[in-house]
Amino acid sequence: MHFSIAITGFVALYIFMLAAFGGWVIIGNVPAILHTPLMSGSNFVHGIVVIGAIYTLLNASTVPEQLIGCSAVLLGAGNVAGGYAVTDRMLAMFKSSGKQSGKHSRAVHAKKS
Amino acid sequence: MLILISHIITGAADLGAAFLLMFGLKRMSSPESARSGIRVAGLGMLVAVLACFLNVVGVSAAARPHLIVNIVLAASMLIIGVGLAWWKGRTVKLTAMPQMVALFNGMGGGAAGAIAAVALIGRNAQGPALILALIGGLIGSVSLSGSLIAWAKLDEVLKQPLRFKGQRYFNALVFLATLAVAGYLVFIWQGGAAPLLSIPAWIAIFFGCGLLFGIFITLPIGGADMPVVISIYNALTGLAVALDGFVLQNPALMIAGMVVGAAGMFLTLIMAQAMNRSVSNILFSDFGDASKHKHGAIKGSLKPVEASDAGIFMRYAKSVIIVPGYGLAVAQAQQKLYEFVKLLQAAGVLVRFAIHPVAGRMPGQMDVLLAEAGVPYDLIFQLSDINPDFATTDVALVIGANDVVNPAARDDKSSPIYGMPILNADKAKKVYVVKRGQGKGYAGIVNALFYADNCNMVYGDAQAVLVQMIEAVRGLGAAAA
Repeated sequence: MHFSIAITGFVALYIFMLAAFGGWVIIGNVPAILHTPLMSGSNFVHGIVVIGAIYTLLNASTVPEQLIGCSAVLLGAGNVAGGYAVTDRMLAMFKSSGKQSGKHSRAVHAKKS
Repeated sequence: MLILISHIITGAADLGAAFLLMFGLKRMSSPESARSGIRVAGLGMLVAVLACFLNVVGVSAAARPHLIVNIVLAASMLIIGVGLAWWKGRTVKLTAMPQMVALFNGMGGGAAGAIAAVALIGRNAQGPALILALIGGLIGSVSLSGSLIAWAKLDEVLKQPLRFKGQRYFNALVFLATLAVAGYLVFIWQGGAAPLLSIPAWIAIFFGCGLLFGIFITLPIGGADMPVVISIYNALTGLAVALDGFVLQNPALMIAGMVVGAAGMFLTLIMAQAMNRSVSNILFSDFGDASKHKHGAIKGSLKPVEASDAGIFMRYAKSVIIVPGYGLAVAQAQQKLYEFVKLLQAAGVLVRFAIHPVAGRMPGQMDVLLAEAGVPYDLIFQLSDINPDFATTDVALVIGANDVVNPAARDDKSSPIYGMPILNADKAKKVYVVKRGQGKGYAGIVNALFYADNCNMVYGDAQAVLVQMIEAVRGLGAAAA
């Protein structure tokens, strides 16, 4: 007997709708200064595709499925690791402006709102 | 029992991962917490990936004999992929970041396409999931090939936009062909007809068409528009991942993918807005095709000056606004620039930075570069905040920027960049433009600013020019003392 999550019809649409709304709200008030890191960061987040790839490869039963599954895992792993490395490197630099960063970001938010 | 436990653990892990990814992304949208944001998201990802291997206890009966092989394959592919990308991501030069994001994004699209392909070949998906697998596969493959072209353009492997007559119709044809193949596949699966070719062959044709479409639609787009294009493909990959999530019945993929899809689309709109162009105009217009555009007669001449003279002039100015562009990034001159700025500040000059929303090859790329050099945030101003101040500023120093200060955007209706908001550097009393040579900008348009009476050109690599400026100003200080 399988005990798995079943998402069908409208439930899927609700999930999609709420998630899309979440994405929109998250980006809504981001200062321009963070656009590049955020694009890179969201690039990392969709790297979660790698777990779908691993699942697919584990369930592969024919050679073509295994081959395509392998490329999926390889590409997905590249997405997730590369996305993280690049984003982390970018954001590490933002820290270097030290004491001024706190003050400024509040100013940015005040300006945005 | 074991299966039940594994389902509960993976389910909880995915739930936690979805939360951590969203929470991390939220933290990334504020400069103070951004660094911890990526860490939080990274932790979520790690949890999800590790838990994912628990799926071994619940694999389908058909896959059971291959399980050991599959585990070894999955682990080794994971290690190779992570290792290579990590090494590349850590070592790549900062200026090459935009193409790296394009490349990694393309990989994600490819993975999403491949997952959909397996679902289609194995017919693991039924009903609506089958349709969504087709759409997800199409979007994923377009994102893969399109991102690779974007990467090639940014990396200057491909230098010229490729355009031919009737290209739009050709692209539309490729797209319709892809849809037709998809429709035919659905028709076959409904038991409508015996296929001419085997089903896997048709699936291969379907993905081939999708890949071709991604290539052809990206080829004609000019390099200057690549930031927007990458942002679109980023959003598309997210969407494809979300659809795969439905096919695999994995809510973590659905949520994370959709959040990125929406966020990416929103980011794309912000960028397009900054260029005062619609997204469809960016995708389908022949922007930057200089050969078609007739240049208006440009008055004046290019007036080169020595870097040292320009440096000394700025030392005695009251206020200077610096407009950095991609040239600064290429020359890796951000450290030298800040050194020069500190000298000017020490001499009592008011120095500010003006950043155009699409300066560089990515939105905010200049902010990242300046942050790397240690320039404090409060010296950096966005377009709308600083534009009124150019008129009262003594010197505008344009370094490696071109199209974002081209006055043609304001007053030349025939110019392809007409209507794009620009930095009004030409309104400053004196303009210095640091440039490698007399070439045109990425959009391939002549810049009237360079010929204006109040403008002087400083030719040379930005780093070398700044070193000369620094030495000239230091020389003054020594003479005075």
